[in-house]
Amino acid sequence: MSEATLFGLCGAALVGLGLYGLICHPGALRKILAFNLIGSGVFLLFGVVARRGAASGFGGDPVPQALVITGLVVAFAATALAVALVLRLAQTSGRTGLDPERPGQAEETRRTES
Amino acid sequence: MSLTAPVDLGLALLLLGLAVWVIAASATYRAAEGFIAYGLVLALVWVRLGSVDVALTEAALGSGLTGLLLLRAAARLPPADPAERARPAKGVRVLAGLLCAVVTAGLAAVVLLLPEPAPTLAPAAAASLPATGVGNPVTGVLLAYRAVDTLGESIVLVLALIGLWSLAPDAAWGGRPGALTTAPAGSALRFLAQVLPPFGILVGIHLLWVGADHPGGKFQGATVLAAMWVLVIIAGLRRPPPVTSRATRWLVVVGSLIFVGIGAAGIWLAEAFLAYPDGLAKPLILAIEAALTLSVAVILGLLLAGPPEAERPTERRS
Repeated sequence: MSEATLFGLCGAALVGLGLYGLICHPGALRKILAFNLIGSGVFLLFGVVARRGAASGFGGDPVPQALVITGLVVAFAATALAVALVLRLAQTSGRTGLDPERPGQAEETRRTES
Repeated sequence: MSLTAPVDLGLALLLLGLAVWVIAASATYRAAEGFIAYGLVLALVWVRLGSVDVALTEAALGSGLTGLLLLRAAARLPPADPAERARPAKGVRVLAGLLCAVVTAGLAAVVLLLPEPAPTLAPAAAASLPATGVGNPVTGVLLAYRAVDTLGESIVLVLALIGLWSLAPDAAWGGRPGALTTAPAGSALRFLAQVLPPFGILVGIHLLWVGADHPGGKFQGATVLAAMWVLVIIAGLRRPPPVTSRATRWLVVVGSLIFVGIGAAGIWLAEAFLAYPDGLAKPLILAIEAALTLSVAVILGLLLAGPPEAERPTERRS
């Protein structure tokens, strides 16, 4: 088995693991972490395609590599935004998860901004 | 069996083990710590896949800055109440596990059945690379062949920052970002923040400069520069600028503006948006890269610094 195939299977497993965490973790921050795992698994699949496309003296096809670099930067920006949303949610409602609001609980912890 | 096969197998097992840790760890900050280690191992995997450019980005951005972001968030979040910590019922988890196994099996089948010989754009990239004047094919793709992607990305970063700032409560608008300010830093951290940045800035500029011909480039360089800025902020030596600062806003958009400007000039000078005139490709690419590095570094730092907060030091949660 070539290293590309090995890490490709690894990427497939990472997507599955991340998806499981995304579904089963109640905490929003854990969901963000799990989503990042899915993302890195997908990037790894890109890396496998890049590696298999090695030609013309390059170690890999540069086009998927460039896409992954772009993807990593955008993933960071999206993660920063998501984390800020979670922190703001906790600030305004005291909740750290995405469960539908339970009556009473949100009201007592809500703090007014002023 | 080649000599590197055991190394690859070890890396793959380590990577999967750390991923399981990130999902299974009981405390969020432990999961975030696991994610940092996971990112570093992943960077090694990228080296093994021959993508050193991606490995540098993953180590600096995917592991370093993302890890810092998640650790800070884990420390600032109030502990979840028990009702929210409850996991879904066992049936749901089994069902989710099955679904994820099916997804993994499908992707694994795709990996095993990839077409032979592999389709590749490497020869096409190599053929036109001399015309761009850069020697690193990944930089060539990012700034010549697919420059429009990179332009879109630089604008996405600005939009993400606007989105982040717009989460601030009304009362805090005009204040300084507060996510990175901590209790007074220890003298060791302050010392580190005084000694490291000169070297870090040099490394960042070096990464930008060599990116034209060797692994590296603006994103890697900008990430290192942003990390140095963040270190100085965390150590309390400098405060992040208020969000209303005009100079900061210009720094945030200057990269995209110059990119759009040069791209638009290409309509008249080279007959297409984002095309470079003959012989001027390299200097124009370098100009875009330098401006983008500055903007991306500032944006990454501000994204880490969070939305503006009202100037109340007592607001801090443990």
